[in-house]
Amino acid sequence: MTASQIRATILEVIGQILPDEDLSKLKGDVRIRDQVEMDSMDFLDIIMELRKRYGIEVPEEDYMKLATLDSAVAYLEPRMAHL
Amino acid sequence: MSGSAMDYDVLIIGAGMSGLAAGIRLAYFDKRVCILERHHRVGGLSSYYHRKGYDIDVGLHAMTNYVPKGVRLTPLPKLLRQLKLQPEDFDLRQQRMSVTRFPEKTLRFSNDFNLFVEEVNRNFPNQTDNFQKLVAAIRDYDELALDAKPLSAREVVGSYISDPLLVDMLFCPLMFYGSAQENDIEFGQFVIMFKGIYCEGFARPQIGIRQILDTLVKKYEGHGGTLRLRNGVQSLRVSNGRVEAAVLDSGEVLTAARIISSIGYIETLRLLPDYQPSRFPCDEGQMSLVESVLVLDKEPVELGYDTTITFYNGSERFSYRKPDQLVDVSSGVICCPNNFQLDKPLPEGMIRITNLANYGLWNALNEEEYKARKAVSLEQALEQVVKLIPDFRGSIVYSDVFTPKTIHRFTGHINGAVYGAPNKIKNGATHIENLFICGTDQGFLGIVGSMLSGISMANYHVLQKT
Ligand SMILES: Cc1cc2nc3c(=O)[nH]c(=O)nc-3n(C[C@H](O)[C@H](O)[C@H](O)COP(=O)(O)OP(=O)(O)OC[C@H]3O[C@@H](n4cnc5c(N)ncnc54)[C@H](O)[C@@H]3O)c2cc1C
Repeated sequence: MTASQIRATILEVIGQILPDEDLSKLKGDVRIRDQVEMDSMDFLDIIMELRKRYGIEVPEEDYMKLATLDSAVAYLEPRMAHL
Repeated sequence: MSGSAMDYDVLIIGAGMSGLAAGIRLAYFDKRVCILERHHRVGGLSSYYHRKGYDIDVGLHAMTNYVPKGVRLTPLPKLLRQLKLQPEDFDLRQQRMSVTRFPEKTLRFSNDFNLFVEEVNRNFPNQTDNFQKLVAAIRDYDELALDAKPLSAREVVGSYISDPLLVDMLFCPLMFYGSAQENDIEFGQFVIMFKGIYCEGFARPQIGIRQILDTLVKKYEGHGGTLRLRNGVQSLRVSNGRVEAAVLDSGEVLTAARIISSIGYIETLRLLPDYQPSRFPCDEGQMSLVESVLVLDKEPVELGYDTTITFYNGSERFSYRKPDQLVDVSSGVICCPNNFQLDKPLPEGMIRITNLANYGLWNALNEEEYKARKAVSLEQALEQVVKLIPDFRGSIVYSDVFTPKTIHRFTGHINGAVYGAPNKIKNGATHIENLFICGTDQGFLGIVGSMLSGISMANYHVLQKT
């Protein structure tokens, strides 16, 4: 997957978890949780959904790296390149 | 044994609200999961039964935590998202109005918190500031934290509110709907109940509890989870400090990497091979109920009663404790399922009365006495209740009474304790590293609470760990 495909995938996953949220104005460099009303359970669901769909393991110490859309794409790029 | 050599990744004991919710989470995330339930029907404390052509819910007066569509960060929408359900799946109808009635005062409340604040201010003008401060403290408290230290709600609330009558009136509905402790309630649980009942509110599915149960079972099985009814767990096998397998009532053995039990803490320990009560000091739950269910030939509103739920206390001080007699009708709950904002009327009029009861005394009666005392208990409850609401006794076409003994028989909870043991284990851990508890004794109570409990424990002990 390319970086832009990964970005689209993350947005799609968030959209599945929060179906009534408008994600079109999400800024890449601001914490997702500061822009979207979500709790820690929702955040974990993003990680678990990525594992369910693509088998990607994100260890707990790396959760912070998924805090913004940009950092998440950067973190996932090498891990999703083969997909 | 390696993970894949096991029959399941996770076994769940009990198909009540918490077990089903845990199962949905695990099955959705591709765990091989099996729920084992001793009864022939799901639901546990929130199940239903058929009697004389009537459908009767066991444990549904009202679901707490109702919020309008769009609210996101409160328990009900949280659990819907976690279970990938839509609000429509529960088909909830809001209450009309409920009241807490004490001899001196009455407080009304609805699903609009402002009404309750007004009622408190009007009835207790010198507590206005105190109440405001209490509400602020409650709003700031993180009641879902799994590492919170237990606090006495009597102490915390007493430090804000100086009128004991207001304290009692605030506690009464919250105790009836969720306290495992006599005369007190853990503060975290108090906050859960306060928000769920006063700040948020009551609702019920149009058709009752089957709406919730059918939705949960369909979701669970849709994700590939296995549900085995009439398959109680007889014992657990342990080796090297790990639980390895469950032995069913039939003798069948099922192995699993992890086991989550929703049947209660002591109830779970009793399944272990070398269980000695002295090694695990833990008080048994004592709070149980008699529930009188009255079917009427007309809607209660035709008799002039349109309140959804009445919490009442007729004594000088409100006392929430195991009575010294079979049942204590001096306080209780009167619920009218018809008095929700329903789409279409329910098939019959119904009034349900809940009173505190003593398991040991009911259990000691022989069959004949038991039957006779149920009839007496019903008479006493009715006599008390018609002092508060229009006399509906002439409209009763069918009545059924269930007791702590019934609750014990159908759910296995020690002493028929509806809210389990007084001390909760918030993180769900036991002394066995791969055995966890959820539901009643984890400490999120009620229908919404127990579903959240199952979800939290599945997340915390399985999904975040593997
Ligand atoms: C009369 C009454 C009225 C209530 N009213 C309300 C209300 O209005 N609103 C509200 O929110 N809550 C209400 N409640 C409380 C609510 O029903 C419970 O808090 C909730 O259902 C608890 O769910 P649980 O999953 O924790 O436990 P349970 O429902 O007890 O689930 C445990 C399950 O385990 C099964 N089991 C036990 N032992 C074994 C074994 N060895 N092997 C296999 N299975 C086993 C049991 O059969 C049961 O199905 C009421 C309860 C009662 C009794």
